[in-house]
Amino acid sequence: MTARHPLPAWIDIGVIPIANVLLALVVAGLIVLAVGINPFEAVSIMLYGALGYPEAIGYTLYYATNFIFTGLAVAVAFHAGLFNIGGEGQAYIGGLGVALVILALDQFLPAPILIPLGILGAAAFGAAWALVPGYLQAYRGSHIVITTIMFNFIAAALMVYLTVNVLIAPNTMSPETRAFAATSHLPLIHDMLGAVGIPMGRSPLNLSIVIGLLCCIGIWIFLWHTRWGFALRAMGQNANAAIYAGIPAKQMILLAMSLSGALAGMMAINELMGVQHRLIINFTAGYGFTGIAVALMGRSHPFGVALASLLFGLLQQGGAELAFEFPTITREMVVVIQGLVILFSGALAYMTRPWFEALFALLQRSGWIQAAEKA
Amino acid sequence: MPAVIPSVTRGEGRNAPPAIVLRDIHKHFGLVHANRGVSLSVAAGSITGIVGENGAGKSTLMSILYGLYAADSGEILVDGRPVTISSPRDAIAAGIGMVHQHFMLVDTFTVLENIVLGAEDGPLLRRSIASARKEIERLEREYGLKVDPDALVGDLPVGEQQRVEILKVLYRGASTLILDEPTGVLTPQEAEQLFRILQALRERGVTVILITHKLREIMAVTDEVYVMRQGQIVAHRRTQYTSREELAELMVGRKVRLSLDKPPCRPGPALLKARNLNLRDKRGCVVLNNVSLTLRTGEIVGIAGVSGNGQSELLEVLSGIRAPDGGEIVVGDRHITAQAPASPAEMRQLGLGHVPEDRHRYGMVGSFTADETAILGYHQDARFNKGLLLDRRAMNAHCAMLMENYDVRPRRPDLNSTHFSGGNQQKLILAREIERNPRILLVGQPTRGVDIGAIEFIHRELLRMREAGCAILVVSVELDEIMSLADRILVMAGGQITGEVDGASADERTLGLMMANCWTPAAAETLVTVDAAEGASAAQSGLAWTTP
Repeated sequence: MTARHPLPAWIDIGVIPIANVLLALVVAGLIVLAVGINPFEAVSIMLYGALGYPEAIGYTLYYATNFIFTGLAVAVAFHAGLFNIGGEGQAYIGGLGVALVILALDQFLPAPILIPLGILGAAAFGAAWALVPGYLQAYRGSHIVITTIMFNFIAAALMVYLTVNVLIAPNTMSPETRAFAATSHLPLIHDMLGAVGIPMGRSPLNLSIVIGLLCCIGIWIFLWHTRWGFALRAMGQNANAAIYAGIPAKQMILLAMSLSGALAGMMAINELMGVQHRLIINFTAGYGFTGIAVALMGRSHPFGVALASLLFGLLQQGGAELAFEFPTITREMVVVIQGLVILFSGALAYMTRPWFEALFALLQRSGWIQAAEKA
Repeated sequence: MPAVIPSVTRGEGRNAPPAIVLRDIHKHFGLVHANRGVSLSVAAGSITGIVGENGAGKSTLMSILYGLYAADSGEILVDGRPVTISSPRDAIAAGIGMVHQHFMLVDTFTVLENIVLGAEDGPLLRRSIASARKEIERLEREYGLKVDPDALVGDLPVGEQQRVEILKVLYRGASTLILDEPTGVLTPQEAEQLFRILQALRERGVTVILITHKLREIMAVTDEVYVMRQGQIVAHRRTQYTSREELAELMVGRKVRLSLDKPPCRPGPALLKARNLNLRDKRGCVVLNNVSLTLRTGEIVGIAGVSGNGQSELLEVLSGIRAPDGGEIVVGDRHITAQAPASPAEMRQLGLGHVPEDRHRYGMVGSFTADETAILGYHQDARFNKGLLLDRRAMNAHCAMLMENYDVRPRRPDLNSTHFSGGNQQKLILAREIERNPRILLVGQPTRGVDIGAIEFIHRELLRMREAGCAILVVSVELDEIMSLADRILVMAGGQITGEVDGASADERTLGLMMANCWTPAAAETLVTVDAAEGASAAQSGLAWTTP
């Protein structure tokens, strides 16, 4: 019944998310305090670990790249009114696409052809894996949330089987493929910058981040500046109005899911073509799931997703540093902190809103805001 | 707790304090000043009307009285005592009850269960139900509110559901009853019954506040009326000393013509023919039963009927949203059937425009900007695209043009569609559909939730389209609207067309009977104007309709 009060955009997408993150950090600080560590020291170690020196920044951005892809994937589906929980599985199968293309062709093709093909392989396999739940939703009415979750398990089982039994490098014990030829390696950013004379610390940060940012821009253009994006958003916001407008809902579901799956699949290029240079088990390490939180926090806007990815990259890298520094802070503790950020900025995103509304109304009536806007 | 109704003590004495007094109520929503110093006084045991256009602030005011919103400042007095109402619970405790426009009932519960819901005596249901039964019987006797207490609410016709809502409020001990647009879903006969109930309530000392935009009802049933405009009370009249025309003028702030001057209708060739359309819903119930109609150029055909009798489905089938299960629609040389359905996009290409009944559900996407809503359905057009990209500048210019020509306010193509008032949303959608010069125009509820000034405009636009040779179908639950617009009126009930009347010679009583009487198969047979051979099947479906 109660109408939501309008707030200016800078509060809605600027101040509130930051406040939510701070709130999460306060709660995390209390937990850290409970295990006997000064929370301010912990924060400073986290920040230093994530941003304090060149290598750290590289690592932070490298993690952020994964989140950009998986976050964008969730965001695109979300604009079509579909909740794609299957980013993890789609990314995993995207890795299969990368591996198959490169293992088949890296002896014959030069890098300028092989690398685009590898990227395409990732996108195509991710898209295909998402298309199955999409088809089931569009034509058989199976709920996308259920099917995409299930497909994560199928993907995991399939990949273990293929890696252990089929793709495993001959005469080895560890479940991984042979190493990719150097022609398939994505160039590292510190190498590229070094070549033009800008020094940067060594890190796994590679060309994928550029591709990820280009995807952000591409998805933004697609959603708000093409008729297909228009149709997709119409379907997501008001399915009835989309039918009224003659938008073919079934095809739009397939389009949205394949785009979403392709983006999730492309996460594999950062890990496999950028860093591991082989297909290994569990390289997705939960990035696909965290993508949901990234999309939520980024309000499903491509640029918001990029910013949220940066934050999650920071938590990932800073958290690792924290766990390294204090034996009482385990890896699980870092996951708890991440979870709190997800909780406060995702699930409880609107909890603080009424306070800001009240504050804003108060400031407005006392003339503070108008004065600020005139100035 | 079922409080006992304070019966005849109030309203008897002339010098009893007013039941409700509002003093200098202010309410802001952000920068919008929805109520600006509203003061009014409602005499105990009276029926007081509050009229005003949409957005005039009457719903906000009632929401404040019922505790849904908190006022920024101002004072509320009940029976002369100042009270603080910060939730509906407080309002109920103060003896104020509200019957909402959309009923708040659980379909799968019985009438008694619905009434007791939220006012149970204790953890065990049986005792509450038993004591409620006695209380309900008393209320029924006193006010003539007849409802079967053991019927499932979902099985009741709308008029009776509304009675359940009123009983619910009375059961909670309300001595003041707020009704928000109560007749929107009723047949004229059901509305009459409601008014009789309200009068019975008044005799017993219950105070009634009636919010409506139907001036005829205000004139028929109220003792006093307050007129609101732009958040303020602009007039207070005793109903017997005012007139519809005066109230309309006060609401809008200028002279309004309530009747339309229509040039005579000269129907030309048929542009759309529907033959024996049949449709079943998901549960297999017949929702369209052998509906046939013809739309001719230069003619407005009106479909009258209580909502939920197949009109919505008819519009959906004609506009391509749903395919018929049987029968065919002929437009030009295209035959649309169950085997060869047409999508809404194809219907648009055949020259059909469609202003949907429910603009929030179908006509627009709330979170889209106005210029996006203004191309919904036409987003594939070359003029809005430049290669692969949408031409945002052309979209913006197009929307600005529509806003200028159809007086959509504010003229802000970049504003979200939800931020426009109902009337302006409707004008924008109408503009979008009319501007394409369709040969056939389907219009559902052209003026639902639209203020008087805009109603006048929309009606004139539809007439202009008729003069330009468009074939127009108007579906409306407002009989006045159908009677003033349509050249030919078809009446729908139970999924079939139960009568056809010439627009000029139509009268409300005949239409009302056609709208209501089809529920009994016998009446259906005498009223059905389709082939005599179909009489039998019509009767059968009349039965099928009432048995779920």
